[in-house]
Amino acid sequence: MPESTFLDVNELVLNMGPQHPSTHGVLRVILKLDGETVTGTECVIGYLHRGVEKIAENRTYIQFAPYVDRMDYVAAVSNGLGYCLAIEKLLNIEAPPRAQAVRVILTELNRITSHLLWLGTHALDIGAITPVFYCFRDREEALKIFENYCGARLTTHAFRIGGLQYEVYDGFEQEVRAFCDMFIPKVDEYEELLTNNRIWVNRLKGVGVLTGDECKEYGVTGPVLRAAGVKWDLRKAQPYSGYEQYDFDIPTAQNGDTYDRYTVRMEEMRQSVRIMRQAIEKIPAGPIMAKVGKVVKPPAGEAYVSIEAPKGELGYYVVSDNSTQPYRVRVRPPSFVNLQALDRMVRGGLIADVVAIIGTLDIVLGEVDR
Amino acid sequence: MADEEIPASAAPPAGAPPKVAAPKPAAAAAAGAHAPPKPPPAMAATPWDGPLTGSLKQAFGDQISQYSTYLGQNFVVANAEALDSILDFLKLEADFDYLVDITAVDYPKAEKRFELVYILYSFASNERLRIKIHVADGVKAPSAVHVHVGANWLEREVFDMFGVEFEGHPNMRRILLPEEWTGFPLRKEYSILKQDDRWVKENLGIESGH
Repeated sequence: MPESTFLDVNELVLNMGPQHPSTHGVLRVILKLDGETVTGTECVIGYLHRGVEKIAENRTYIQFAPYVDRMDYVAAVSNGLGYCLAIEKLLNIEAPPRAQAVRVILTELNRITSHLLWLGTHALDIGAITPVFYCFRDREEALKIFENYCGARLTTHAFRIGGLQYEVYDGFEQEVRAFCDMFIPKVDEYEELLTNNRIWVNRLKGVGVLTGDECKEYGVTGPVLRAAGVKWDLRKAQPYSGYEQYDFDIPTAQNGDTYDRYTVRMEEMRQSVRIMRQAIEKIPAGPIMAKVGKVVKPPAGEAYVSIEAPKGELGYYVVSDNSTQPYRVRVRPPSFVNLQALDRMVRGGLIADVVAIIGTLDIVLGEVDR
Repeated sequence: MADEEIPASAAPPAGAPPKVAAPKPAAAAAAGAHAPPKPPPAMAATPWDGPLTGSLKQAFGDQISQYSTYLGQNFVVANAEALDSILDFLKLEADFDYLVDITAVDYPKAEKRFELVYILYSFASNERLRIKIHVADGVKAPSAVHVHVGANWLEREVFDMFGVEFEGHPNMRRILLPEEWTGFPLRKEYSILKQDDRWVKENLGIESGH
C-alpha cells in the first residue's frame, strides 16, 4: 500500500505478527491506527502455504487422505471426515452404519478438543491465565482416546474412504462414557471461571459485532454465524454420517459479539457430549468398510460435499477424470473465509480488542494458508 | 496399515519418482476439446429441470447453455458476461444469498481453458447450486465482489493460483504466495517440483530445491 494515500498525518501503521503469540500462528495483520482506534486493517497470509491442492493432483485418492489432516490440525478428524465423504459421494457409496456411528463419536470428540484449544488460548489472550491449564488437562483425556483408537493424537487419519480402517478397541465405549461423565462438570467449571467474571464480560460484550446479514454477505459460518442469531448448522440442515438420528440443539445467541460467540461454543461442547452419549449407546453391529476396491477410481464427474467442522462449513469440491488421481481438489476452508470478516469486525474498535477478535474467530493458519 | 490399500496395479513401483509433469490425458474430456489417446467417459450428468430452471430460462434465455444435475447436485453453465446478472438475480429473486466458494479448474486443451465454479447456497430453501463459466487464458472474468462481498479473497486466490484476473475487483493481488512470485501453481503445466528460482534465491538466499 503506498504510504502517501494510506496514511493521514495523525495515523500510525502498526505491524502485528507474523511472530506474535496472539495471532494463533503466522498471521500478519497491518493495522492502521488513529490513536488507539483501528481505522483499517490488512491481513497478510500465506506463510504456511504448502500447496495442498496441488499435492492432491499428484497423489492417488487414498494417498492424499493423510494430507487433509494437516490443514486444520486441531480438528484433523473433521477434515478427514469431509474428504472421505466427498470421495464416497463420487463413488456413490456410503459408509456402513457402524462406521458412521464411530465417525460421529470421534468427530464430536474432535469438536470438543478444538473448542477447548480455542477456549484456553482465547482466555489467555484476554489475560485469564487459568483456563488454559484446565482446558489442556481435559483435552488430554480426549486425545488419549484418539491415541488408543488410531495411534495418533492430532493428525489422526482416523477414517478411510468407505468407512474405517480399525475396529474400535476394547474399552472404547467405557472410555467415551467416562469422558462424557467427566466432561460436563468441567464445562461448568470453565463457566464458573469466566461467564460472570467482570473482566471477561467487560472485555467481550459488544466487541467485534458481526450481524447475521453481514455473516451471510461474507460467507462466515460456524459458531460466528450462530452467535449472530442464524440457526444454521449443516448437521441439521443437510445431515451426513447419520446425524439425523441424534437429538441435539443448535445453540444460538442474538448479539453477534465476542461474548455471544463464547456462550455458543460453550453450549456446543455440551451438545457434542449429548450426541456422543446417544451414539455410544447404539453403535450398530456389522462391517466397518463399504465395498471399495483396492484401487479407488471414481467415475468421471464432480461433487461438492461439506460438513460442519468446528470452525464452520468445511467443503471439498472434487473433480474426477476416472483415473486414480483426482483431477482437482478444492478445499473450502472455514478459517480462510471467516478471517476475511476480521476487517469489518475490528474497524472502529480499539487496538486491544483486535487480539480478542482474532481469538474469537477461532482460525487455524494451517487451514487459512493450506 | 494403509499400505494394504495402495492399489498394486495402478501405483508406480515403490521408490519410483512420483509422476509430475505429464498432464493427465483426460484433461480435455469434460471440456469437450481434442480427443486424448484413450478417451475416458465424460461426466454422466443428466438434464435438470425444476421451478428454478424455469425462472432462470425466462430471465436469461440462451445466456445459460446447460442445466444439469449429477449425484443430486445441480449446476448450470453460463456465459461469462452474464455472470453478474445471474448472481444478482439469484441473490435477490431466489434467495441464494450465501456465496460458499469460488474456485477454478484448469483444462489446458480446451478453447477456454479455465472453468470457474461458483458455489451458492440458499438459507431459505436449503439448496445448493453451482454456476460455471469458462474463460480463456488472458481474458478477464467479471468480479462478483459487488454482489457478494465475500468474493474478494476467493477471487484473489483464484488469481494467485490460476492467473485468472477479475474485472472490477478492488484489490487484484496475490494472496497466498509472495507478491513478486512468478507463475501460477495450480495450472496443469506447472510441475509440483517447480519453484520461482529467482524469488527463492533473492529472498531466502538459497538455491531452489530441485
